[in-house]
Amino acid sequence: MARAAVPGRLAARSAWRVANLVEVRPETPTARTLVLEVPGWPGHLAGQHVDVRLTSEDGYVAERAYSLGAPADDERVELTVQVVGDGEVSPFLGGGLSPGDPLEVRGPLGGWFVWRPEDPSPVLLVAGGAGIVPLMAMTRTRRLLGSRVPFRLVYSVRTPADVYYADELLNPQPGDAGLEVTIVYTRESPPGGPPPSRVRREDLAEHGWPPELAPLCFVCGPTGFVEAMADALVALDHDPARIRTERFGPTGGT
Amino acid sequence: MGIVTPGFRGRRDASPDLPPGQYLTHDFPVLSAGPTPRVRTEDWQISVVDEAGGRRDWSWAELMALPQETPSVDIHCVTRWSKLETSWRGVSLDVLLADVETAADFALISSYGGYTTNLPLEDLLDGKAWVVHEYDGEPLHPAHGGPARLLVPHLYFWKSAKWVRGIQLMLQDEPGFWESAGYHDYGDPWREQRYQGD
Repeated sequence: MARAAVPGRLAARSAWRVANLVEVRPETPTARTLVLEVPGWPGHLAGQHVDVRLTSEDGYVAERAYSLGAPADDERVELTVQVVGDGEVSPFLGGGLSPGDPLEVRGPLGGWFVWRPEDPSPVLLVAGGAGIVPLMAMTRTRRLLGSRVPFRLVYSVRTPADVYYADELLNPQPGDAGLEVTIVYTRESPPGGPPPSRVRREDLAEHGWPPELAPLCFVCGPTGFVEAMADALVALDHDPARIRTERFGPTGGT
Repeated sequence: MGIVTPGFRGRRDASPDLPPGQYLTHDFPVLSAGPTPRVRTEDWQISVVDEAGGRRDWSWAELMALPQETPSVDIHCVTRWSKLETSWRGVSLDVLLADVETAADFALISSYGGYTTNLPLEDLLDGKAWVVHEYDGEPLHPAHGGPARLLVPHLYFWKSAKWVRGIQLMLQDEPGFWESAGYHDYGDPWREQRYQGD
């Protein structure tokens, strides 16, 4: 049975659990969704993340955080991992792990960048590249619960081949009425589409919500993208207190 | 030792200066919970408020007139990156807190933009904490907390509040922004105190 939530004892959330890889699904040439079976998983809120811990045979340990991309299906959770060429962990998770292999996870973690289904505010999701992952968990939770909260998603990707969850996003699913998806291609557009462009302030004005509706805005992606989008939303008069951000990756400078 | 994941080897950029579970980075990632506030130095001020409400403010010019230090320190983010030997310039909190009379054991730091974080007062004293306004010889960029941020390098970096504006001294501990969202109250990287329960 699918579950969408919810709070657990803190000690349970910070305890490491042994998970098994159930399935790997390719999303793009560089991104893989991992389905993990996590015995005792307490459920989670859309937008939360897990810590993943890998231990080598001689005891070397590496840990990283990954966003959950979907509501829990009982004790099954999904992460989508972008394989970073020179990364220590993501190339292994994306290519070296086989179904049945064990790894350790703990969570759910993070209580700020979360969508709570009982909040009736309209929601604007702004994703850059791999930043779609926690936002996808929000749209999927909305669908699972039959929520009618109005959602708009603006998703910036380089090319059509880089769209995560493409089938689901490009073909509205039952229960997705009230979710509007706008994909902005920055390097290469699909045939017949508008020329490639970065997401501009006007795009957020057109495809987001007017500030008078006091939407809750979630912005996730690489640092430069998030800085630009959050600044644009503030410039459009959105209340900074209603703009939640999650940034990842290098800054490309200080 | 945890469960072995077959085939995993890792990169092993271990260094004795790297706390457990951290990896080295040479760039400077940005992590913030919301938009970057833009605070002009002419509008900026910082306050220290004691538990009885007694208040002392410093303008930007007053902060600049105080004795400046140039700490070079290692910083450790709870998201697992560490950066070694980072160079800063700013004012030791020993200077800002020198004339305060207080029985408080805790401090709640507040920032422009609404962020807060809590820590024991003693972690702000004795050369362990600064209000910094330069990084690597340049004015601190807004995305990194400019015009001025707290620097408390012996704790995870979320305690080093960006855009710092106030230090409230407290008799009782009160959780700040991330501490209310499940992160550890103290946050010692060498004891891997990332989350409550660690």
